[in-house]
Amino acid sequence: MKSAVVQLPGLNRDRDMIAALTKISGKAPVTVWQTETDIPDVDLIVIPGGFSYGDYLRCGAIAARMPVMQAIKAKAEKGVKVLGVCNGFQILVEAGLLPGALMRNASLKFVCREIKLEVVNAETDFTRAYSKGQIIRSPVAHHDGNYFADAETLKTIEGNGQVVFRYAEGTNPNGSMNDIAGVMNAGGNVLGMMPHPENLIEAAHGGSDGRGLFASALEVIAA
Amino acid sequence: MIKARVTVTLKNGVLDPQGKAIEGALGALGFDGIGQVRQGKVFDLQIESADKAKAEEDLKAMCEKLLANTVIENYSISFA
Repeated sequence: MKSAVVQLPGLNRDRDMIAALTKISGKAPVTVWQTETDIPDVDLIVIPGGFSYGDYLRCGAIAARMPVMQAIKAKAEKGVKVLGVCNGFQILVEAGLLPGALMRNASLKFVCREIKLEVVNAETDFTRAYSKGQIIRSPVAHHDGNYFADAETLKTIEGNGQVVFRYAEGTNPNGSMNDIAGVMNAGGNVLGMMPHPENLIEAAHGGSDGRGLFASALEVIAA
Repeated sequence: MIKARVTVTLKNGVLDPQGKAIEGALGALGFDGIGQVRQGKVFDLQIESADKAKAEEDLKAMCEKLLANTVIENYSISFA
């Protein structure tokens, strides 16, 4: 499976993401700069975390209007998998590729710690390596991860199985509605999540709970 | 030259933790009787045109496309 990592000014988790994808798939991802309008043929496009455009206006708002996002939208419409982590998630909601919005953490504090995630939907292209209800460890590091959607949208995404990850009981770090940590589109090929699975993929990280997500998305699950 | 002001506010029902914190701080300063504080944003724009109708149309598009996130925010446009 071939992958691509999007690079924008202010994103700072791109190297972590490149390392994770390389280690898990055995192939280095191609990198795509924000002004590119043509994305090479890949199976997975990843928008990593960071602080694109300094989080000016709203987190992810300016990045979401860059030319590369039009190309990503076109790819997503064709069924190519798109993963947005942290700022990447914020960019995907700002671009309208995912429902809802991400607001300032309810505590108003930047949270940087480990939380527990519940795998709510294990039948997605991103979570096949896990089982439904499995609790996995994951780091979080963000200031604006407070997931919001209006009542109707919330009902729709809950009903469609679009809520992929929830903060496990008692670990919601940001006030997200319904403890939502990760959401996918109705088509099931675009996933956004605040936690950083790329930072928990090998023993040196202190665990490898995040590995399953990339193994699923890159289709390198050991049978 | 047209001078316009765009005001962006959170929709009703959207939690505003920053507004809440400000409300608490005002209370701590001794300002009693504050029902609620909601934080918003103001953008002052100068538009090189004399066509106000066109400017208003453009400003609406700017709000829809960038200045406001209409999932959570409302906007209003006024002219100086």
